[in-house]
Amino acid sequence: MSDVVIRVENLCKEYRLGTISHGTLYRDIQSGWAKLRGTEDPNARIGAVNREQLNNTNDRFSALKDVSFDVRQGEIVGIIGRNGAGKSTLLKIISRVTAPTSGTIKIKGRVASLLEVGTGFHPELTGRENIFLNGAILGMHKGEIEQKFDDIVKFAEIDKFIDTPVKRYSSGMYVRLAFAVAAHLEPEILVVDEVLAVGDAEFQKKCLGKMKEISEVGRTVLFVSHNLGAIQRLCSRCVVLEQGIVSFDSNVNDSVNFYLKNKTLAHQKSWEDISKAPGNDVVRLRSIRFCDQAGNGRHSFDVRDSVILEIIFEVFIPRQLAIAVEFIGRMDTNIMVSTDNYTMGSWGNQLPYSVGIYKSLCRIPGDFLNEGLLSVNLRIYSPPTPPNVASHVHLIDAVTVTIEDKHHPEGVRGSYPYEWGSPVIRPRLHWTTVKQESLDETRLS
Amino acid sequence: MTSIDNDSNWTMEIRSRSGWFDINLSELWRYRDLILLFVRRDFVAYYKQTILGPLWFLLQPLFTTVVFTIIFSRIAQIPTDGLPPFLFYMSGTVAWTYFASCMSQTSNTFITNAGIFGKVYFPRLVVPIAVVISNLIAFAIQFGLFLAFLFYFYLTGSTIHPNVWLLLVPLLLVQMAALGLGMGILISSMTTKYRDLAFALGFGVQLWMYATPIVYPLSQIPAQWQWLFALNPMTAIIETFRYAFLGSGAIQPWVLGVSFAMTILILAIGIVLFSRVEKTFMDTI
Repeated sequence: MSDVVIRVENLCKEYRLGTISHGTLYRDIQSGWAKLRGTEDPNARIGAVNREQLNNTNDRFSALKDVSFDVRQGEIVGIIGRNGAGKSTLLKIISRVTAPTSGTIKIKGRVASLLEVGTGFHPELTGRENIFLNGAILGMHKGEIEQKFDDIVKFAEIDKFIDTPVKRYSSGMYVRLAFAVAAHLEPEILVVDEVLAVGDAEFQKKCLGKMKEISEVGRTVLFVSHNLGAIQRLCSRCVVLEQGIVSFDSNVNDSVNFYLKNKTLAHQKSWEDISKAPGNDVVRLRSIRFCDQAGNGRHSFDVRDSVILEIIFEVFIPRQLAIAVEFIGRMDTNIMVSTDNYTMGSWGNQLPYSVGIYKSLCRIPGDFLNEGLLSVNLRIYSPPTPPNVASHVHLIDAVTVTIEDKHHPEGVRGSYPYEWGSPVIRPRLHWTTVKQESLDETRLS
Repeated sequence: MTSIDNDSNWTMEIRSRSGWFDINLSELWRYRDLILLFVRRDFVAYYKQTILGPLWFLLQPLFTTVVFTIIFSRIAQIPTDGLPPFLFYMSGTVAWTYFASCMSQTSNTFITNAGIFGKVYFPRLVVPIAVVISNLIAFAIQFGLFLAFLFYFYLTGSTIHPNVWLLLVPLLLVQMAALGLGMGILISSMTTKYRDLAFALGFGVQLWMYATPIVYPLSQIPAQWQWLFALNPMTAIIETFRYAFLGSGAIQPWVLGVSFAMTILILAIGIVLFSRVEKTFMDTI
């Protein structure tokens, strides 16, 4: 047991939703005074029976529910799970950014965590000054940093810009520098959140190599990523988190397989038994999948390809229906919301769907999305009731695909060799650049 | 709250809450380089955004002193214990400015640092301590200005008598830093819950200044109200500071004792609240 360096025991983390107090001292005193006199709290929410009851039901959200596992020295442990599974919360607690609600984590050795790129970098200071500042924030002494300084600069490949304020750095340089500082800290435990997503492919490879190197000298790495390939290459073991509990914990291949099989990342879902399919007496979902123009199911698309979302559903009771789809991209950003236009008519006066099976196709043009994961939240509802009030079908993360950039010269980036940044979309826009004969011409147009 | 297994090999144990007085001084010491780097960063960042740069440190007390001299001495005719009014106000202003800027700049610790606190751990007290130290640099500059004027007045034969109480000045400085830090972290811990305290602060600092003998000498206060002034820890500090350099004032040792005790109390409460808030404020802010 002596080689266990992290022991997580019955860890729980609850967040209280909404406001905890009323936010101003005046109102808290007002409420306190009302309680003292036994009168009604002037700030209580109408309809709320009492605060305790409220707390027990919808006022709280458990991000982690009784999580326990051990990590041994020298292991590289991957942590995977879909958005909201509690991965980031777990890393935040290990990094001591926030405290758990109950349970403990015991740690042997120094922890360095890289939860976000460039934390503690001051834009006005130069790369050199920031290396010292960032190193000190991570708990290094000045002497140690001086000793490692050249290695850090070399690893980050920023030697020419070392005396430039980091506000002029590209995002790639930022990540490289941040990772270099953390990796050279020589912590006993390195915690890395999804930060490498920002760097280019070559640098990612370099970082993975560095992490492997770190573990070979007996240090421990905890690595959270959506990039299953990187997890499989790097980690020996992998923990799958699902809605705040450890649903699987084994060697990396079994874990990744479990995770994929568990359909959290499925590119297609279908229900054999229609009575158990998502939906109600009005309408049920039969299947939902991503496919290409030829109708073949796909789990990854090139950035240049059209992406087609196919939804098959069955209507049992004639009703006005609308399908709303949210496309969720990297870092949980809502890229766009789209709705079908099968039944024309003014809002609330659409023609009803008759009983039967329907297939809806939604096509996202090629050269539009940026690379990364794309998942879909689906709702089928009846106008005029808005979908957030009542839906027949409501599926979060229904299907997920990967959009890949294979650096094809015909893509939007052309032959541009560096990273493209991380915007939500990457459409091919119409550009015209024409040489002008005189300045007057530019004014006219 | 005690650990169940007594395996002493664990270097750290993360739990939901810890004891009341949970500050890890050795950890703070381990991060001393960070404190110095933060001091440097604050200072450099301050320079880079101003035209006059460090000149501001001189202009601010100078203008305040001139304004006080005109309003309170010339117009309101408030006596200054027979001291040159200019020196009288300047001594008070320089000392008060240090305390007030320590307090107001540490009072938003959690809110201004929410970004970095949310991403990386280091002892949170590092930030307010760095603020107190970087303000010390500003104080040193202003104090130099004060000494220059003191010297000038001394040479021109004004009635000032620097005396043995000067030995207490370093202690007064530490006390002001501790009081400013204590008040600041107390307020910053409460502003995570009550944002409106931040608005009250600017106003409160000003009121507090007028409740402290800065624009008037303590000797002007009727005897039956002296006890009230003794409760204000800044009274003794300002009065002693002034007495040490100028040789006139009405300071009694017991008032200094009360002030000292109050400072320790406020700092202790501040640290207790701060260490409780630092663990979970990320979830509430």
